[in-house]
Amino acid sequence: MRISLRIALAASAALLTLGVAQAQEKTLRIGTEGAYPPFNNLTADGQLVGFDIDIAKALCDEMKVKCTFVAQDWDGIIPALQAGKFDAIVASMSITPERKEKVDFSNKYYNTPSALAVPKDSTLKGVTKEDLAGKTIGVATTTTHFNYASKTYTDSTVKGYPSSPEEQADLANGRLDAIEDDIVVLQQFLDSPDGACCKILGQPSPQPVEIFGPGAGIAVRKGETDLVNKLNSAIDAIRANGKYKEINDKYFKFDVYGAES
Amino acid sequence: MSAAATMVERPPPRARGWPRRRIAGYALVCLWILFGIGIVSYLFLAWNPDFFAKYAPAYLRGLGVTLALVSISMVLGAILSVPVAYGRMSKNRILSGLAYCYVYFFRGTPLLVQTYLVYYGLGSFRVELQSVGLWDFFKDAFNCGVFAFALNTAAYQAEILRGAIESVPRGQWEGAASLGLHKLQTLRKVILPQALIVALRPYGNELILMVKASAIVAIITVYDLMGNAKLAFANSFDIQAYIWVALVYLVMVEILRHGVEWIERRITVHLKR
Repeated sequence: MRISLRIALAASAALLTLGVAQAQEKTLRIGTEGAYPPFNNLTADGQLVGFDIDIAKALCDEMKVKCTFVAQDWDGIIPALQAGKFDAIVASMSITPERKEKVDFSNKYYNTPSALAVPKDSTLKGVTKEDLAGKTIGVATTTTHFNYASKTYTDSTVKGYPSSPEEQADLANGRLDAIEDDIVVLQQFLDSPDGACCKILGQPSPQPVEIFGPGAGIAVRKGETDLVNKLNSAIDAIRANGKYKEINDKYFKFDVYGAES
Repeated sequence: MSAAATMVERPPPRARGWPRRRIAGYALVCLWILFGIGIVSYLFLAWNPDFFAKYAPAYLRGLGVTLALVSISMVLGAILSVPVAYGRMSKNRILSGLAYCYVYFFRGTPLLVQTYLVYYGLGSFRVELQSVGLWDFFKDAFNCGVFAFALNTAAYQAEILRGAIESVPRGQWEGAASLGLHKLQTLRKVILPQALIVALRPYGNELILMVKASAIVAIITVYDLMGNAKLAFANSFDIQAYIWVALVYLVMVEILRHGVEWIERRITVHLKR
């Protein structure tokens, strides 16, 4: 009796895992950060919203797969992809050589420049290394902006933050002289009540492609060429059929795709 | 004391053969040994002189920050814990209520939340803090870290101190009083020497917990050991970054543990028979 019960339990457990595995094949699990408005953000009631999310949904419709979303801290987002917590990262991840060693990328789905924001009463005139010498600059770590800031502003103190909202809070309360981030993210912050303190100072120029990469792409596990190809043709398709423009215009006043690649 | 010692029962004889529990125990130990061998051989295979040359200085810098943060906040916490413990033991309702609330809050909420509240929360009261001249202190992330950690550990240390003092039998107080010692003298010469023996282990535990808990300060931009490991990982995507940092923490904790044991052996010589 006991043995047969155990066998029955084991069999049902096996069936259950099999069922789960089959269900997983049909859905594409997408990882995103949820702390990078307007690209991806968690609303107060736990919904993921933003440009990345809408683009991902449009791509899934285009590829005719069902998608589920997983919110994951930025620091651990690549390890989580590799560990199989989800199958693709749609989180405004810039395509960089270091990341390419660990994951495969689709083509870019947008490319916006990096910029610096400062308090409105700031005396800073420009965004060069000399202008910012001796100042404190806040940047979210593990980002292309952080890599640029720590390589460029070597005479300044570059402070690393876990994500953009923290660095913005510290700019607003005066701990920082400047922050560097994506211009769209900065603009969103400046348009909010908390951002009333501050203004855009300017964009670093030139923005070297070996640091910033060609833009934001969708990351998948190494070797999943099939998925990359599907994603690329889906990106081309939504660019062509006007879906991309529709989403773009919902969030931005200009085309964030950047130059045609 | 000796009367009780003679009553100690003999432990049951060891089971013979291979009972189930022993098999399970051996299997688990084997599993752990395999796991350990796995990590060591991984580190051996993944040994990368470039990684070491590039990041070892950052790890050392981070270690310095961690040690400074923990030691300063432990000492400040110890000082602050004395009035809190006094309040906890006080017969004055208001005093003991206040001390209770303090301990209740700092032991009942995560250190992470407290650190966030101190750094980002106080940050939003910049104007008020500036008007009382405290902003220069709270502007610095390291100061905020020390402030939050010291307040937190003071609550725990106060409870350790209180528990240890209350563990000393009342008769000791009465005996000292009958010899004409006043309260402070009794505390200093009779009670504390006995209480601190009891408190040593919990103090050691608290120190070890603080060393490990300090790994959260990177969220407020203090680049301690863990923060530098995170940066190293972010730049290399190499999991060794975390394995090495785990080993450094392990070594630190091991040194502290042995230190506490050594002190305990020294101060309990008179209790050994």
